[in-house]
Amino acid sequence: MERVDYVSTTNGCKLCKPLGACLAFRGIEGAVPMLHGSQGCATYMRRYIISHFREPMDIASSSLGEKHAVYGGGANLKQGLKNIMNKYGAGLIGVATTCLTETIGDDVPMIIREFRKEMEEAGNAPPAPPLVCVSTPSYSGTHMEGFHAAVRAVVDQLCAKGSLVEDGESKFVNLLPGFISPEDLRYLKEIVEDFDLGCVMLPDISDTLDGPALEDYGKIPAGGTPVSDIKRMGGAAASLEFGHTLAEKPTAGAILLERFNVSLHPLGIPIGLRETDAFFSALEEASGRPAPERHELERGRLVDSYVDAHKYLFGKRAVVYGEEDLVIALTAFLVEIGIKPVLCASGGKSGRMKSCIETVTSGLLETPPMVEEGADFYKIEKLCEDLSPDLLVGHSKGYRLSKKLDAPLIRVGFPIHDRFGGQRTLHVGYRGTQRLLDRIVNAILEKNQEDSNLGYAYM
Amino acid sequence: MAPSKIDPAIEIEAIDPGALKAELVAKYPTKVGRKRAKQIVVNRVDECADIPEIGANSRTIPGIITQRGCSYAGCKGVVLGPTRDIINLTHGPIGCGFYSWLTRRNQTKPKGEGDANFIPYCFSTDLHDEDIVFGGEKKLKAAIREAYETFKPKAISIFSTCPVGLIGDDVHSVAREMKAELGINIFGFSCEGYKGVSQSAGHHIANNGIFKHVIGLDDTAREGKFKINMLGEYNIGGDAFEIERIMDNAGITLISTFSGNSTYDSFTNAHTADLNTVMCHRSINYVAEMMEKKYGIPWIKVNFVGAASTAKSLRKIASYFEDEELIERVESIVAEEMVEVEKVRLDVKARCEGKLAMLFVGGSRAHHYQDLFREIGMKTIAAGYEFAHRDDYEGRAVLPDIKVDADSRNIEELDIEPDPERFSPRKSEEALERLKEKGFRFKDYDGMMAEMENGTLVIDDISQYETEKLIEIYKPAIFCAGIKEKYAVQKQGIPMKQLHNYDSGGPYAGFKGAVNFWQEIDRMVNTKIWSYLKAPWQKAPELSATYAWE
Repeated sequence: MERVDYVSTTNGCKLCKPLGACLAFRGIEGAVPMLHGSQGCATYMRRYIISHFREPMDIASSSLGEKHAVYGGGANLKQGLKNIMNKYGAGLIGVATTCLTETIGDDVPMIIREFRKEMEEAGNAPPAPPLVCVSTPSYSGTHMEGFHAAVRAVVDQLCAKGSLVEDGESKFVNLLPGFISPEDLRYLKEIVEDFDLGCVMLPDISDTLDGPALEDYGKIPAGGTPVSDIKRMGGAAASLEFGHTLAEKPTAGAILLERFNVSLHPLGIPIGLRETDAFFSALEEASGRPAPERHELERGRLVDSYVDAHKYLFGKRAVVYGEEDLVIALTAFLVEIGIKPVLCASGGKSGRMKSCIETVTSGLLETPPMVEEGADFYKIEKLCEDLSPDLLVGHSKGYRLSKKLDAPLIRVGFPIHDRFGGQRTLHVGYRGTQRLLDRIVNAILEKNQEDSNLGYAYM
Repeated sequence: MAPSKIDPAIEIEAIDPGALKAELVAKYPTKVGRKRAKQIVVNRVDECADIPEIGANSRTIPGIITQRGCSYAGCKGVVLGPTRDIINLTHGPIGCGFYSWLTRRNQTKPKGEGDANFIPYCFSTDLHDEDIVFGGEKKLKAAIREAYETFKPKAISIFSTCPVGLIGDDVHSVAREMKAELGINIFGFSCEGYKGVSQSAGHHIANNGIFKHVIGLDDTAREGKFKINMLGEYNIGGDAFEIERIMDNAGITLISTFSGNSTYDSFTNAHTADLNTVMCHRSINYVAEMMEKKYGIPWIKVNFVGAASTAKSLRKIASYFEDEELIERVESIVAEEMVEVEKVRLDVKARCEGKLAMLFVGGSRAHHYQDLFREIGMKTIAAGYEFAHRDDYEGRAVLPDIKVDADSRNIEELDIEPDPERFSPRKSEEALERLKEKGFRFKDYDGMMAEMENGTLVIDDISQYETEKLIEIYKPAIFCAGIKEKYAVQKQGIPMKQLHNYDSGGPYAGFKGAVNFWQEIDRMVNTKIWSYLKAPWQKAPELSATYAWE
């Protein structure tokens, strides 16, 4: 095999850290994400997020120029905050840093403290909304690290001790779903509701990044997690946090455990039977009631279709790529249906992907699949020369590879910019797994049919 | 409340653009309002009056959501991006390279197997913490070696992102060193995102770099009687292909296009052309100016957006060459192409005439696309650029009056002298006089405002807030901008046409492009979709909303 280890990145398989933070902030009610840096960052990230969701996405910027890069960007940040308050009536402003402001060493928490003080002294009415800041240097981690850092910052900075639950309030759980589709989020809320549980989902982009047309157009879209809900997260019965690579890290869930003793269920993204079972078990535990029958039926149908699909799928070789936790969840699912993941790759580098993949494949695979952290598509492509996969599972950036290999690509995750409906892709739960299974089987059947010159019409 | 259709003409007359401007500005804090007041202008053009002055190319106000990009975007994304066989290596964290990866939809047609095409690739040094602390030059060198080893390109260009300038990486010295080591052309750009006020700074930096490092490297004279360069045509949606088709038919040789369907070799050879034609004045006029000074190639402004404009530009090129055969050929091409064009134009016009358009895009598109709308009887009621300068609005006559501010001063102006061997005036003094007498104008551009009607609004660097207000007041039939505005505009019940990447459509340039564009506009402005917004059970909704159809 040719050399595959490179210093440079050719066709990256990750996006940058502040983008993830902006996405997370977008899932809070009334929030305006703001980037402290050069205005190009906001423009690039907006256009990228918009092309996936086909929804408006505003990100403000402190628009630093050369002068500010030398003398610091504090004044611009304060002016920007003021303008967002005046023009947007923001319910929360989420400030994420960029490589520019991290490199020059702007102390954003201090600037924000100063800003608050100045506003108070000036007797400003209305007073400043909650201002949350998160450090997201683009050269440190991927968009997923940025996403989780922002969620953690929100909890850390808004959930102070003393914000307790009122008497008689019904039982609720915190759901920290990570970055999954609006359709996924809507479905998760339904599931939790079916357990007669309240739910604070943070963040919640299900409406803010997938809104209806029949609406009074507001500068800030409706939906998102209410700030008042975030403040009461310390009173939840439990926190359910998705993402195996997050385990033992100082996540939002860990803060809630430490600060308020909210029991934490670290879970994988619930894709496939076993990961979804774990999610339902956590809900059973938190609610003290068994899973409602309709979900049991949905699970039953899923198992039934696993059996039906097996003749088409067993032994097929898949390459799975994208965000680490999504790759782990998809791998857990693929091995259940008899597909052999031959390569699990991500641009992320948490250092945990390999062991997590081993865990979710153990018992179903004799040897765990090849795992590549910090991979780019150049490397994935090189590895594929020997792996000869039958299908790819990942986002749109794998299209070139899929074409080259003449192997179908099952589009999941983010970004999806060469197909319609990325924001409405359902991945999670028994139902999402069912959809994925159907899509995969049909992609294989379609390929078989197209490649055959025998005129198969009955597969 | 039954939806009522008001005659747009009556409605517009009732709107006082001056009062609207005052309303827009009043919502801002005083200082911001003063600044925006200069950038929002009610157009007044008549015989004796000068074109009003507009504030342009000034910094965006923090916290006011702009559609502008950065210097890196202008340099790497716009000017250098569309050339297929140069490896464009982003020196920085992964984001900048990723976000500019194929997003501008520049098309290119490699000529066979051996012709490299790196446009589908995204090369980055992907800087990490340790590189920021210890410097990224070593990684940059390694990345250049890897790119060379793997792809054997003719040239590699390096683009600096924000942190690169701050940590003091010297991309130019790395480029020189690697050029000596590898023996191919390697050159760097200091296009850090914080430089300048918009992507415009990046265009200028790109123009300088390509002029310094590429143009003029190959003196081989190519065959052809009428040799021109097309500057500022980026082949979005295949525009350059349509222009190439027309040029081929006319027997005009395109030496190079900056930059669309372009190659490194065509750039090295560009100075052998006899005329530079400039499409997007903003992004590339610097190269035109520098080529005239150094090599004696005159430049003219052309526009291939709009069928009549295409015909006019073709005739302009033909009359420059003063060749009867060419002039006749151009006339017969125009006559032939116009048959289909007129058929579609009249058909579409019947359904579009009198409707309003707004265009907020680019540094030249907001001007040129007005021609396409005008041809089908639609009126541009408001327009503005994202990143243009005063000359793009008011015409090049204002150039001596433009104040150079700190942001512009930071962008290098190259000192160009005539090339001792290769400077050769393409036209004799007498020939130039003769042409000028016939009304031929060189290196001239009147800008957008001269062609817009009185009372229309011209708005530079329009903000999201102003966009929403304008839509609310005028309810245009169509709004043209980019993907960032698209869904916000459509949520307000107004069709939105992307003129950066064409909504994945195109071409819109030339004759075939005009037909294509009109058919799409017809479909968009006459859509019935918004009449379904209200569900049958929503009688007189107690909703707070007022909809576009109300």
